[in-house]
Amino acid sequence: MEILMSIVAGILFTAAVYLMLSRSLLRIIIGTGLLSHGVHLLILTMGGLKGGSVPLLGEKASSYTDPLPQALILTAIVISFGVTSFFLVLAYRAYQELGTDDMDKLRGDEHDE
Amino acid sequence: MSWLHLVILSPFLLALFVPLLYRKFQRIHTGWFVLPLPLVLFIYFTQYISGVSKGETYLHSMKWIPSLGINFDAYVDGLGLLFSLLITGIGTLVILYSIYYLSKTKEALHSFYVYLLLFMGSMLGVVLSDNLMSLYSFWELTSLSSFLLIGYWYKREKSQYGALKSMLITVFGGLSLLAGIVLLYVMTGTFSIREIISNVDVVTSSHLFIPALVLILLGAFTKSAQFPFHIWLPDAMEAPTPVSAYLHSATMVKAGIYLLARLSPVFAISATWFFAISIIGLITLFWGSFSAVKQQDLKGILAFSTISQLGMIMSLIGVGSAAIHYDFLDDNIYLVALTAAVFHLINHATFKGSLFMVVGIVDHETGTRDIRKLGGLMSFMPVTFTIAIIGGFSMAGLPPFNGFLSKEMFFTGMVNVTKMDMYSMQTWGILLPIIAWLGSIFTFVYSMILVFKTFTGKYQPEKLEKKPHEAPVGMLISPVILASLVVIFGFAPNLLESTLIEPTMASIAPSLLAEGKEYQVHIKFWHGFTPELFMTLGVIIFGILLFMTIQKWSKIYTRFPSSLTLNNGYNYGIKGMEKGSTRIMKTLMTGFIRDYLLIIFTFIGILLLMTLFSQNAFAIDLKDTASIGVYEAILAVVMVAATITTLLAKSRLTAIISLGVVGYTLSLFFVLFRAPDLALTQLVIETVSVSLFLLCFYYLPEFRKRKVRVKFQLPNLLVALLVGTTVTLLGISANSTKLFESISHYFIENSYEKAGGENMVNVILVDFRGFDTLFEITVLCIAALAIYGMIRLRLTKEEEE
Repeated sequence: MEILMSIVAGILFTAAVYLMLSRSLLRIIIGTGLLSHGVHLLILTMGGLKGGSVPLLGEKASSYTDPLPQALILTAIVISFGVTSFFLVLAYRAYQELGTDDMDKLRGDEHDE
Repeated sequence: MSWLHLVILSPFLLALFVPLLYRKFQRIHTGWFVLPLPLVLFIYFTQYISGVSKGETYLHSMKWIPSLGINFDAYVDGLGLLFSLLITGIGTLVILYSIYYLSKTKEALHSFYVYLLLFMGSMLGVVLSDNLMSLYSFWELTSLSSFLLIGYWYKREKSQYGALKSMLITVFGGLSLLAGIVLLYVMTGTFSIREIISNVDVVTSSHLFIPALVLILLGAFTKSAQFPFHIWLPDAMEAPTPVSAYLHSATMVKAGIYLLARLSPVFAISATWFFAISIIGLITLFWGSFSAVKQQDLKGILAFSTISQLGMIMSLIGVGSAAIHYDFLDDNIYLVALTAAVFHLINHATFKGSLFMVVGIVDHETGTRDIRKLGGLMSFMPVTFTIAIIGGFSMAGLPPFNGFLSKEMFFTGMVNVTKMDMYSMQTWGILLPIIAWLGSIFTFVYSMILVFKTFTGKYQPEKLEKKPHEAPVGMLISPVILASLVVIFGFAPNLLESTLIEPTMASIAPSLLAEGKEYQVHIKFWHGFTPELFMTLGVIIFGILLFMTIQKWSKIYTRFPSSLTLNNGYNYGIKGMEKGSTRIMKTLMTGFIRDYLLIIFTFIGILLLMTLFSQNAFAIDLKDTASIGVYEAILAVVMVAATITTLLAKSRLTAIISLGVVGYTLSLFFVLFRAPDLALTQLVIETVSVSLFLLCFYYLPEFRKRKVRVKFQLPNLLVALLVGTTVTLLGISANSTKLFESISHYFIENSYEKAGGENMVNVILVDFRGFDTLFEITVLCIAALAIYGMIRLRLTKEEEE
């Protein structure tokens, strides 16, 4: 199972990196979204996917799944959400001000060098 | 802190007050306030002569950074005293001369004297330091103050060029000197020169011996303008003439010679030392004197002449190091080279200082230094002419001046080399006196040019800016004193023998002295009919011939292609480095974010994969893995399909929706892997994110709005695959090599016991690891504020309005 999930995460990473290398700003943001999905999946996988109950003590099970990676992912989800939304608004504002979302055109002024 | 330390630091202290004095007493030339200091110091140092000549040395310690073994230890012995007397003595004369040379009203005198005092103090520090680190500090201070003095007329482009060039070359050498010092420290564990000399066996047997030797030689050669680092000295002639006289003839350029003489007891045993110094010195001697002949500028002649004379002293130090191999004092014929080196060091300071001052006077009184415009000044400036004759003839090595004596000893030293029974000198050694002799002929020629082209021949008043007349008395005092010293040392060299030369030799070659013995030096005018006498005669005869026929053979200088000169090499080197670094920057720093990301991703991928396989860390272990369920397999397929759809989507709406699908599949995974809180959060957040995407989607342009379609990019795909593979392989390997048990059983056991909650994930978030949550909240707040600010703040638009 862990190997399958590693492969899925690898595919997510591949797609994310390919998107981040493109010219359109929106595709780059979609790429970062995919990347954070891949990372979250990887953290969960690395914590171990072996059986066990939901980490709620009320279940009174003999074994539970590891609660620590879940807490870490929860934190990571919220942070990546914050960053993604900031990034999106930044893209929106950049497009408004500069009139392009083409990364090849979003370069420093030649005279600034 | 002793008197000696105060003496070394006194120029720095006075330099602090010079600007104040300059402003307060504008009527009086600032130089008068500076003049007493070097004079007092000179008198102070003369008091050491009686003790030092008896073989005594004086050491005063002062703690600086004792934990690193760096102390400011002042040490006076023969060598240090000789240099201190030169520095303070010529310093006094130069300051006196500068008072008449520099105008009180037109020049920024306060900065001039501050720089000069800075230089004097640091030079004293160099020659009186026993600790190599404090020596190095003062060494760099001399480079710095020399830089400031060369660039004194900073509005002239040539001054800037000369200052920068000397700075680059001498600091390059200074840094390699530092490296050499550090190597010496590594070998011996001390920075003290005396202790290094007493541990000389450790140094010579170390494998770091040759690197240290080469690095220190580099430092000395660059400072003392040896071939091929001599190129900075002619450009340093843009400095005011008193500076040229002081720094670039008498003191700073001899710092390299001082260093070699000081470290001679450590390195002289090595053949590399002998060959490097003798050969570089002789090449410099020949090249300097050969190049001096073609110069049109009087200071240019003197600059190359300085280079050549420094080469001569250098080669003498090198040849003199052979003495250490012959363990007898009375009959050691190689010691004469060391004596000649020390003696010529003094002689050169006297006649070169006076010649620079003469040139300064000519420049000052006629407005030019070009020998093509000068001539026939003899009758206008009789005193200056006399000084020039004394200095020039002494430089050429003519009797009865002191230059003759040291030139004779120089020939003796070089002839003796051929008698050496080591380094296969019997066969090749004959080259040394021949090169030395050739160099001396050219020395003779340029000395004659200097004297006779300036003062005799046709007087050309139409080419001169001013009507020439004799210089004011004040300006003549210093060169007259120096010229009289030339004559005095010429007739009575025994004045110097026991007072300065013998103790200096004891510092350079201490190992040859038995306990309680002293060097006995006798400099004689008349040796009898020895080979060196005939060599001198030959120099004079051939020199006169060459001087007479100079019009005919001077064409060979134009034959030499100017593109092959060392100066050109330096200029092209600098330009090439600038161009090269610009080119590298332009290739790497393209300004496209994609290029940077490509570099970053490729680097990460390759580095991680290389580490993974070179450390044999890759492993697959299926024993501890969970089995694949049907639901998980289906979800995995869905997720991969959605990912690929995102990748290939032609419209942004498809891309956003399939991204949403990936997110929702992820939350389903969370459900399957028994993470209810994650599933909830992921669902909510994915919904909000997709809405946000759709919101922006309304404003952002369509993918295909651009005429050019999103092209398939092979390198991007390769890099993406590289990263993806790396992540997968790392994931599998990490999962297969679990080294420790998880710490989670603690949370499972204690979340109710200690924290009073049944939801372990929530307890971890707010109780066990509550700080994470605190700052995650902060992140959200900052993001919200930043978004608000970004939307509301319109500074540029307002400005435009």
